Amino acid sequence: MTGTAQKDERRAGTNEPRPIYLDYQATTPMDPRVLEAMMPYFTERFGNPHSRNHLHGWEAEEGVEKARAQLAAVIGADEREIVFTSGATESNNLAIAGVARFYKDRRNHIVTLVTEHKCVLDTCRHLEGEGFEVTYLPVGKDGLVELAALEAAIGERTVLVSIMGVNNEIGVIQPLAEIGRLCRAKGAFFHTDCAQAYGKIPLDVEAMNIDLMSISGHKIYGPKGIGALYVRRKPRVRMQALIHGGGQERGMRSGTLPTPLCVGLGEAAAICQREMAQETARLEALRDRFLSRINARLPEVFMNGDATNRIPGNLNLSFAYVEGEGLMMGIKDLSVSSGSACTSASLEPSYVLRALGVEEELAHTSLRIGFGRFTTDAEVDYAADRIIAAVQKLREMSPLWEMAQAGIDLKSIQWAAH
Amino acid sequence: MAYSDKVVDHYENPRNVGAFDKDDSAVGTGLVGAPACGDVMKLQIKVGADGIIEDAKFKTFGCGSAIASSSLVTEWVKGKSLDEAASIRNTQIAQHLALPPVKIHCSVLAEDAIKAAIEDYRSKHGAAPKAANS
Repeated sequence: MTGTAQKDERRAGTNEPRPIYLDYQATTPMDPRVLEAMMPYFTERFGNPHSRNHLHGWEAEEGVEKARAQLAAVIGADEREIVFTSGATESNNLAIAGVARFYKDRRNHIVTLVTEHKCVLDTCRHLEGEGFEVTYLPVGKDGLVELAALEAAIGERTVLVSIMGVNNEIGVIQPLAEIGRLCRAKGAFFHTDCAQAYGKIPLDVEAMNIDLMSISGHKIYGPKGIGALYVRRKPRVRMQALIHGGGQERGMRSGTLPTPLCVGLGEAAAICQREMAQETARLEALRDRFLSRINARLPEVFMNGDATNRIPGNLNLSFAYVEGEGLMMGIKDLSVSSGSACTSASLEPSYVLRALGVEEELAHTSLRIGFGRFTTDAEVDYAADRIIAAVQKLREMSPLWEMAQAGIDLKSIQWAAH
Repeated sequence: MAYSDKVVDHYENPRNVGAFDKDDSAVGTGLVGAPACGDVMKLQIKVGADGIIEDAKFKTFGCGSAIASSSLVTEWVKGKSLDEAASIRNTQIAQHLALPPVKIHCSVLAEDAIKAAIEDYRSKHGAAPKAANS
């Protein structure tokens, strides 16, 4: 793959070059091959895929069904087990609330992790209001679920375990096969939010005993506004729909399918499947290149999350003694994300980093750096050099760095919280 | 978040970054904030025999607004008497830098840093810490 056309563009209305994009966990640019596959479905093949009586409907349906098969093939599923949704947020809502509500009379307990995406946690909170019981399991320092604790948490009343494949902030991969085995043995359904995992790591719904899996289009170089939910047929998982209407998607999700988006999602999935091995190797090389450049020049940089069980396209690093938002301001020509409080509406540092036991002061100093399909060696070198220069400058300006250099233990100081 | 031009200017060209010897009797040091909250400011003033602040230095751990607030006050306190410096209000800092509401705490911290530095200087010179002007 070569770089995309975006590289040479200027920011609208200015003469400044666009920043280098290193935030692939937030979203990905569409692969031009995906766009190409989608184009005909905006214009000449515009039919409603649910129209049964004419060619316009049939050819749209053909596009949608091909996409469904492409999506299923990546995870060893049957195409009849794929439900299109508007994205992973809807998929997570549908999987968790839909299953919980359907089996409410028999089982009313859900198990999930404190480091799940907000759309999982918020859905669970909502269900608590409906009378469900939810266990939010902690994670270890490495960000991974503790299997013994999970096993102990699953009881006879547990209807669903929801644990993500790959964490969006720290990139760690949960042991899905082991989780699936536990859930199957205990008779609980296993839902996994794979927005960050699907198409990036090998997934097999049979080998891993996965009953429901959420998929997002725009995390895999596909379009925004489309996702999917894998729903196991054998043994069948049943759920209550969230959206009612014409009964499309086997009644699980009514509404006319957005044919071009479905086609794009399918094509994006097929490309991921074809190129996964080489893409993983390329991203590992990029990641290692970046990290060794940083580590050669900057002391006291810490990686958050497990060092081995992680996707290569994500790094979450704490640059001690430098505040994350202040750092981001010094690297405005890089589009990265910060775990620091100041970048979001809340003043709390990232709940994911806190759950790992990362101290608040280090959580304030973290950056999430995401590499992807269109990231080049030159971009990685440039980004590393910019970060090194900014961190060095800010450390020279940091009273904490000064104290640490003078051998003062920062924990010995009585700080006034404000 | 878009920063005002003044915040960007102070962030990119911070004034008076550095440190004085905190044991120098002419120096007052204020250290405010907490690492866990994401902001720590160290502001130092050097006071002349005439009681006028001759020089000021700062070091700040924090976001761009925190850095800009502390950089700005090092400029403001120079040439002022201790009482004049102590009368600088966070609202003036916030207004000058056009800080958005979520960043007002940065200007509050800068005001606290001035007061802490003055108090440290006064305590070195035997004067009982003056009650904060309110």
